[in-house]
Amino acid sequence: MDKVSKKNSEYLINRKDNQYEVVIGLEVHAQVLSESKLFSTSATKFGAEPNTQVSLVDAAFPGMLPVINEFCVKQAIKTGIGLNAKINKRSVFDRKNYFYADLPQGYQISQFKDPIVGEGKVILDMPDGQKEIGIERLHLEQDAGKSIHDLDPQNTFVDLNRSGVALMEIVSKPDLRSPDEVSAYIKKLRSIMRYLGTCDGNMQEGSLRADVNVSVRTKGSKEFGTRCEIKNVNSIKFMQMAIEYEANRQVDLIEEGKSIDQETRLFDTKKNETRSMRSKEDAHDYRYFPDPDLLPLEVSDEFVNELKNNIPELPDDKKKRFIDEFKLSPYEANILVSDIDTAKYFEEVVAKMGKNKDMKLAVNWITGELFAVLNNKNLEISQSPVSAKNLAILVNLIKNGTISGKIAKTIFELMLDGDKDPQKIVEEKGLKQQSDPKAIEILIDKIINDNREKAIEYKQGKEKLFGFFVGQAMKASGGKANPQLINEILKKKL
Amino acid sequence: MSDITKQSLTELVENIKNKKISSTDVTKGFIERSEKSGELNAYITDDFSSALDKAKKFDQKPNFNLKLPGIPMAVKDLFCTKNVKTTAGSKILNNFVPTYESTVTKNIWNEGAILLGKLNCDEFAMGSSNETSFFGNVQNPIDKNLVPGGSSGGSASAVAGQLTPITIGTDTGGSIRQPASFTGTVGLKPTYGSCSRYGIVAFASSLDQAGPMAQNVKDCALLQEVISSYDPKDSTSIDFKRNEYSKELSNNIKGKKIGIPKEYRVDGMPKEIDDFWQKGIQYVKDCGAETIDISLPHTSYALPTYYIVAPAEASSNLARYDGVKYGFRARGENLIDMYEKTRSEGFGAEVQRRIMIGTYVLSSGYYDAYYLKAQKVRKLIKNDFDEAYKKVDAILTPSTPSSAFKIGEKTNDPVSMYLNDIFTVPVNLAGLPAISIPAGHDSKGYPLGLQIIGKAFDEQNILNIAFAMEEKISFKNQINDWWIK
Repeated sequence: MDKVSKKNSEYLINRKDNQYEVVIGLEVHAQVLSESKLFSTSATKFGAEPNTQVSLVDAAFPGMLPVINEFCVKQAIKTGIGLNAKINKRSVFDRKNYFYADLPQGYQISQFKDPIVGEGKVILDMPDGQKEIGIERLHLEQDAGKSIHDLDPQNTFVDLNRSGVALMEIVSKPDLRSPDEVSAYIKKLRSIMRYLGTCDGNMQEGSLRADVNVSVRTKGSKEFGTRCEIKNVNSIKFMQMAIEYEANRQVDLIEEGKSIDQETRLFDTKKNETRSMRSKEDAHDYRYFPDPDLLPLEVSDEFVNELKNNIPELPDDKKKRFIDEFKLSPYEANILVSDIDTAKYFEEVVAKMGKNKDMKLAVNWITGELFAVLNNKNLEISQSPVSAKNLAILVNLIKNGTISGKIAKTIFELMLDGDKDPQKIVEEKGLKQQSDPKAIEILIDKIINDNREKAIEYKQGKEKLFGFFVGQAMKASGGKANPQLINEILKKKL
Repeated sequence: MSDITKQSLTELVENIKNKKISSTDVTKGFIERSEKSGELNAYITDDFSSALDKAKKFDQKPNFNLKLPGIPMAVKDLFCTKNVKTTAGSKILNNFVPTYESTVTKNIWNEGAILLGKLNCDEFAMGSSNETSFFGNVQNPIDKNLVPGGSSGGSASAVAGQLTPITIGTDTGGSIRQPASFTGTVGLKPTYGSCSRYGIVAFASSLDQAGPMAQNVKDCALLQEVISSYDPKDSTSIDFKRNEYSKELSNNIKGKKIGIPKEYRVDGMPKEIDDFWQKGIQYVKDCGAETIDISLPHTSYALPTYYIVAPAEASSNLARYDGVKYGFRARGENLIDMYEKTRSEGFGAEVQRRIMIGTYVLSSGYYDAYYLKAQKVRKLIKNDFDEAYKKVDAILTPSTPSSAFKIGEKTNDPVSMYLNDIFTVPVNLAGLPAISIPAGHDSKGYPLGLQIIGKAFDEQNILNIAFAMEEKISFKNQINDWWIK
């Protein structure tokens, strides 16, 4: 186990004589960002008291009928556009029939043969270059309720708040080849949907989860192996662990000359292993058929075009623009665009910096100091204690020489408390950089005088001592002297 | 006042508006007769005391601008009625009291009518004789031990027996027209999408349609204009211009072209029915209309198609009755056991049969051969009608292949029971409107009905034809109140 080579990010499982490639396809379930459910007007807020967001339709009372929520349809189409996918002008809602206590209708309304969105693609930025992952389809469906088994030894409780909530199932082609690609894929999907405002991508709250299809084959083989589907994995880390375990399990079976059974498996996060849930033979017969309560969903060209025309700039385009317009490196651009709030913050900093701006400096401050603080305090960038406006001012103060980078760090610390204006801090604390060459000359003259011997040693070739003089000068100025000027003057004087 | 219950809806409305009688008088009259009519078993649940209260309230502050001012009315127990038990004729909903009102019944109450109670029907509207009801079979007022037809058997019995001046039923494969035919009453199955399905316990969603059942065509037209409405809560409801059918009712059908489909002369049809049909053709001609022989070539496939599509949808629609949320629940060892016991004990044999048929035809490996093929045939049946309507304005057929049969006569032979629907199901499959009017009696003296099938949304036309024929036929229902001691 675990003999995995990752040369050039190629993920292979090595055994005595064989190398195995892992083939992965994902069915991502993304909760549509919507105030109300797919076929009813109930609220969808997370964390509400059980059974407080349930309509007669959601609880499947006799004679209740579903009515499509147009907003959810728009959200699905927007997501399809974001995935560069074909929008199907006619799609059909089907019933997927099975019995479960938290499925009040006895069927889930989904789309089977005719989904709302067809084939598309997303681009992943991997360390060794870009990789395109095909999208098979995206369809709309209802979520089920929740069965709660651990509140009572005898009974199961059912919470129907989620019942009927709109989900987008995004099915990838089997184009993924490693846990890292899966991670990049999920992050990219999430990023696109957050840009579009179609899914909040919150995995802790279950807004984004996936069924992971895994198979293995000897490297170079063109045939797919028998796949297993790992159901309902709700974090990227667990997806990666599950894939790693499952791929190795399958390889071991092949190495032992055994065959792999096509089956549905569960990932046990505590034991870090996948377990058989049901075999192909036990698979449900869902008896899909078109829901006679709903007419086929037809959207016009105008409807789709209207949505197309209002699609915001998406991560790939934004990245390209950041590189072209702001001369960022692809790496820097990637970091800034991957999360919409980071991109927004960065663009606000850029806007507030005005004409004479230092883009590199701004990027460094965001990805350096600011990210470190957010990390430490476990905050999202949208909750940043330092506003984009004040960070822009700080960067400008460095750029125009008012303060040194070092002083800036001190000021940044002070800004954290109540998003203070750095300009004011500079004035109040008298932290303005000493940039008067004459004053610095006087200061340096005194230091050289006080350290005659060291000055001689320096002249005799002990060049390391230059740093000592810089340090002394900075210290004497209370850290306010312009370091560049100190350097220049010291070089002249010594 | 003794003859209050003999009055038609139109007469009652007139008399109430003219203050000749009060809503209380009328309501009392129908309650009294209903109370004497227990043997018909037409009611599942009565709401008499609350009906009287509402009638009194109406009389205190009458609004004569309404279409059904203070008119008491019992309705089929398939319509959900707020705070009044709604069972669908099933044990599984024996204790179910909706907190909501169906759109169709809401439309009725909004026009001033008053709920008398809920009428018996086949369980989940699955049946042609009202013998599958958990609440027992319904007697036909025409004769003792005669079925009233189904599934709206309680509705038909109640109208024919004058326990209610008018009523509503639902029709999935003939459930309004066949019982109307069996009881000498008028029943209209509107165009699919005309009446909202919101709040009606679903049997087969793509076929179900509510409709009026009445003593005469004019009453039927009046109730149709009340119940038909576009309803955004039903995605299959259709927004079309709805007539004031009763106001626009006309007996002038001169020059109308009426199609006579040769395929409805089915094998084994009694000569008596054929003769009756010929008489119907003569009535139409007497009214000044022209009859034209037409062909609906796929007619013989309608029944098998119906008995695939309807059970398929039913098997899914009835999955919600699982003992978890409402209705009857049997105790079980675990979830699956609870499901099995609840549904085995809660559903009757006919419902279970149809759930099994439906589950089978949708299952993987059989879907294409049954359900998908049935949907294709359904399309062909609809095309037949479209073709025919290029030549004719309406189509005339018998409503049923026989008059009412005896209780118990067909209970052990589901196929012969299903054959009862042979003339009515094509209409549901095509989504068309059709009306059954009483047009004569068979050799036993039992009523027989004629069916007039119209173009989609052309209810006015078939009501007019029915209205004209009604005058010519001057049918009299022979009811001797045998059940009243």
